[in-house]
Amino acid sequence: MPIETHRSHDGRSLTIKIEGRFDFSTHQAFRDAYEHGGRDVSGYVVDLSDATYLDSSALGMLLLLRDHAGGDSADIVIQNCNNDVRKILTISNFEQLFTIR
Amino acid sequence: MDESAPLKILIADDSDSDRLILKTLLKRLGHMVVDAANGHEAVALFQSETPDIVLLDALMPSMDGMEAARHIKKLAGERLVPLIFITSLTEPEDLAGCLEAGGDGFLSKPYNRVMIKAKVNAFNRMRLMHQALSDQRDLMHERNRQLLKEQHIARGVFDNVAHTGCLNAPNIRFHASPLSVFSGDVLFASPRPAGGMLVFAGDFTGHGLPAAIGAMPVAESFYGMAGKGFNGADILREINQKLVRILPKDMFCCGAMVEVDFALNQLNIWNGGLPDMWLMRSPTERYSLPSRHLPLGILGPDQFKADMETVRSRPGDRLLLMTDGVLECSDSEGQLFGEQGVRRAIENAGLSRHPFDALMSEIQRFTGQHKFGDDLTLCCLEMVDEAGQAALPDAVELSTLAGPTQWRCDYELQGSTLGEFNPLPLLLHICMEVPGLRRRSGEVYTLLSELYNNALEHGVLQLPSEWKYTPEGFDRYYSERAKRLSRVDGHYIRFSFHHDLTALGGRLRVVCEDSGEGFDFQNHPVLQATEMAQSGPRYGGRGLALIKRLAKTVQFDKKGSRVDVVYEWFF
Repeated sequence: MPIETHRSHDGRSLTIKIEGRFDFSTHQAFRDAYEHGGRDVSGYVVDLSDATYLDSSALGMLLLLRDHAGGDSADIVIQNCNNDVRKILTISNFEQLFTIR
Repeated sequence: MDESAPLKILIADDSDSDRLILKTLLKRLGHMVVDAANGHEAVALFQSETPDIVLLDALMPSMDGMEAARHIKKLAGERLVPLIFITSLTEPEDLAGCLEAGGDGFLSKPYNRVMIKAKVNAFNRMRLMHQALSDQRDLMHERNRQLLKEQHIARGVFDNVAHTGCLNAPNIRFHASPLSVFSGDVLFASPRPAGGMLVFAGDFTGHGLPAAIGAMPVAESFYGMAGKGFNGADILREINQKLVRILPKDMFCCGAMVEVDFALNQLNIWNGGLPDMWLMRSPTERYSLPSRHLPLGILGPDQFKADMETVRSRPGDRLLLMTDGVLECSDSEGQLFGEQGVRRAIENAGLSRHPFDALMSEIQRFTGQHKFGDDLTLCCLEMVDEAGQAALPDAVELSTLAGPTQWRCDYELQGSTLGEFNPLPLLLHICMEVPGLRRRSGEVYTLLSELYNNALEHGVLQLPSEWKYTPEGFDRYYSERAKRLSRVDGHYIRFSFHHDLTALGGRLRVVCEDSGEGFDFQNHPVLQATEMAQSGPRYGGRGLALIKRLAKTVQFDKKGSRVDVVYEWFF
């Protein structure tokens, strides 16, 4: 399974964990993950600790998640990126839209 | 296709009785039968009747079954016509020989009704499946051919909108794949009315038609606005706003805008999501200019930041910009070229090689290919004295007397608008209605922009031009400029235009007045000097010197906060 999700104990936070390549092939699975993540989810964590690669369509998917989560008021954390992934997020200045840690 | 539809079956058997039995059997199963008594007849009937399935006796006089099978398979070409041998042979070598000759299967004599029915049905299924696959393949080929044709036509349309502008100027080297528009890369360059250039490189997420469609309005905004004298930041705001509106949420455009001022030796740059740009001064002195903004098409107009970074340059400096296709080139083992590759190439370029050539050949060496992927764009721009001053294409020559010749116009910018709006394109537009002035759009633009910048920066914002003399002061100047622009309540800049005809042409009088405190024009070195002998990079005085050179008369009053300029043109 390239994408796993789990909810926090209080059900308010949804963690989406991506394994391997985060690119167009994961589009549908990623979408399903947040669309079926549950109703009262108010915050999202995208865990990239096992993601090896991220391309521009993955950036697009993150933007879709942001839109789904409320646009400017979205609460999304992207965590545990490796250096290559981090670099791509930095070039695009995505830290202006997401909390990256 | 219907599996139970009657088939046309060719049978060949030299035994009249066997042939009759087989024919009757097949007819009862509902099929049409054509029959031959030897191989020659069978081949002839195959050609004239084009049957769906062939049943051949292996042993026949006058061309046996194997020989006939070879002919028939050859005639059938790509079409799959199942060929079944009817035989009493049992030796494996003989049977193998039948298959090698092109046979698809066997039926053994004597005939068995159930077996014949099953075999014919099985081979018919195979035939239909083959037919379906061939049809689909042909359809796909046709669609693909159609698509490529459409792409070429679309490319032609796109080229008319998104032409390469002044990319062929002698100070620009670039690589862009001919079909790169469908991979989402764009590269535009335009001369500016007052001299200098604007260059834009962009990289859309996604490929194919959506990327190309997104690129069209970008091209239109870029060339339309650049030609009217809008600056890079204005154009970026317009492009961003358009893309936010038209692109789906997950699509955006990484881009870089470069405003090149050859006269001031200054670059204004904006990088949103493209790899680092490189300013190269010498083999050992170079600066990277990283992306500091989100790509275009993500943030709404209220959050989007189009602030450009000002970089001082020298003649001979080269600016390298690229899309991430350069970093994503890979070698035979899948290793990426990456930033290290770019660094390596420009570090090794040395004195003798142009960095563009050095980088291109390093990419070729790394990938082992001489052809690049579609999504690789590379552009190198050189700072030269008065380079690329390819003037704007001359507008259609109108009679010099057509259009407005006697008019006046007052235009005043107030308060916070001073910090948000650039009035120069509008003012230029008004003046350009006069054909005699249109032929001198560069001079008029320079005049208006120097007047406006003087009024804004030295008048309203009270920025001392001395700051610009040193590199540290230069940065301070621009950061202070941004800060003070947010506190301009109660201030104004007023332009009054008056145009009239003279015996030899026309006269444009421009009075520019601002709410600032003015300056000591009595003792200003530029205004005192009869000869404008300037030494060193005296940026501060340059604006006034330019105005003095272009205008017939220049007069200051109100302590320098009001300047009255007369500009003349001739038939």
